[in-house]
Amino acid sequence: MKHVKPLDHLILILGVLFLLLPIWIAFASSTHRPETLLGDGLQLWFGDYFWETYSAVLFDNSGFTEQVNALLMLKNSLVLGLGFSVGKIIISTLAAYAIVYFRFPAGSVFFWIIFSSLLLPLEVRIIPSYKVVSDLGMLNSYTGLILPLIASATATFFFRQFYKSVPEEILEAARIDGAGPFRFFVDILLPLSKTMIAAIFIIMFVVGWNQYLWPILMTTDESYFTVVMGIKQILNDLEGNRIPQYNKALALSILALLPPVLVVVVFQRWFVKGLVESEK
Amino acid sequence: MKRQQFDYISLPYLLIAPQLAIIMIFFVWPAAQAIYQSFMLEDPFGLSSQFAGFDNFREVLSSAHYATSAVFTLVFSALVAFLSMAIALLLAVKADGIIHGQSAYKIMLTWVYAVAPAVAGMIGTFLFDRSIGSLNHLLNATGWPFNPQLDVFDASFTVILVSVWKQVSVNFIYFLAGLQSIPRAVREAALIDCRNGFRRFWTVTLPLLAPTGFFVLVINITYAFFDTFGVIDTMTRGAPGGGTATLVYKVYQDGFLGADLGGSSAQSVILMILVLALTVVQFRVLEKRIHY
Repeated sequence: MKHVKPLDHLILILGVLFLLLPIWIAFASSTHRPETLLGDGLQLWFGDYFWETYSAVLFDNSGFTEQVNALLMLKNSLVLGLGFSVGKIIISTLAAYAIVYFRFPAGSVFFWIIFSSLLLPLEVRIIPSYKVVSDLGMLNSYTGLILPLIASATATFFFRQFYKSVPEEILEAARIDGAGPFRFFVDILLPLSKTMIAAIFIIMFVVGWNQYLWPILMTTDESYFTVVMGIKQILNDLEGNRIPQYNKALALSILALLPPVLVVVVFQRWFVKGLVESEK
Repeated sequence: MKRQQFDYISLPYLLIAPQLAIIMIFFVWPAAQAIYQSFMLEDPFGLSSQFAGFDNFREVLSSAHYATSAVFTLVFSALVAFLSMAIALLLAVKADGIIHGQSAYKIMLTWVYAVAPAVAGMIGTFLFDRSIGSLNHLLNATGWPFNPQLDVFDASFTVILVSVWKQVSVNFIYFLAGLQSIPRAVREAALIDCRNGFRRFWTVTLPLLAPTGFFVLVINITYAFFDTFGVIDTMTRGAPGGGTATLVYKVYQDGFLGADLGGSSAQSVILMILVLALTVVQFRVLEKRIHY
């Protein structure tokens, strides 16, 4: 009954272009010589300077100490993204398991302490958080980068909701078969939450990779720079050149957004499911 | 709560311990510190501090810079939320109505979710760059003497545009999911009762989408308050003259760059109160949503 609606397609294509064009221009321009960009402005089509730009950004050391390149920053971002998502999933599956499946007197107090962290994002307590991490001697370390970011109960909340939706009969049956809390968790509950874990992993990886403010505060040592915060720092250095190396800064931006975008595009289904489920 | 539960004395404490420890050390303690500091006056070297009552709050709330920032945050958040929600809703409605190529559109419209606000801000900086920026030339060609370095309006325009660009994808995902969860029978009944597509949207689809819309609104306000930090820091750093500094950015500027601990903490506490108020409203409305 429905037929092709050209106007609808037009609107959608305009929407796609609105989202795509800035990245397209950034990518196309990054494959030109800096002189071209300076002379003719940003480019809509590709130049033949791709390999030179990207290999220089990835492998040549730059920065204040001349010790940092994009490869190192990408590695740091990967550590942050993975550490953040895996760490968060481990502690939150455990905590949610305790909250939903165990009866213990302090349970509800703990529950509220944990969930109070949902109310206040890191941004409103940056300075005291910085002080705590600095007092613990964790500045310029992966631990200091990751742990404070994990201190939020978002994932715990999702897992709690999910566990509560698991039918009671499953626990009953497992008990009759003689399963203890450990076996129930590992053999039944975790396999049941596989897709949920995958979805949260994808979302949290992207969130972790994209952190900006906390890494800025935390890392004064360039060898701990992540790529997302590194662009800005490196930019000052690039602009100090006689001819500002815009192509390199653009290439760095492309490198910074590529991994999380690929993850989201490849795992589109899980990612959307995870986002939408978390709404409930 | 589950009826069936395990009865172990120490195991649950063990399971919850890692999360609890991290929350206590990196959330509860710093949050308490922020509240404590907001009532203290510290000398510039951080050597001594004394109780100052509500002085920090009085100073912050009577400062003209803070008022500027509060007004900017309000306008900025309202515009970012409204524009990104409106664009996303339009795209979601169109994508929902299309059969061929829907999944391709879905991917093309959602991937921006994964771009960091700071990276979006960097790319925005280049697009609006004075010497290489294409958008600058384009805007100048229309007769707009566009200069985000000097003009607050122009600078606000750039950060709002980039923040909206970054947020459309997330809103699109939620709106599309909301639209697709409207039962088929309801859609078909509406189709029969009301031939006019525009009226059908206003009288049937939009009310059914209201809960999703409210949820998305809350997300957008949170985003505009907190997550746009990266956009602002990479694009304007609050310039010109603090005209594009959101309240969150000001906490960072005053506290971290300006080393005004008491003032910055007082600003943090004011933000905490705002977020709490927002959460209370959110729960109120969500409760209503469950009841009907």
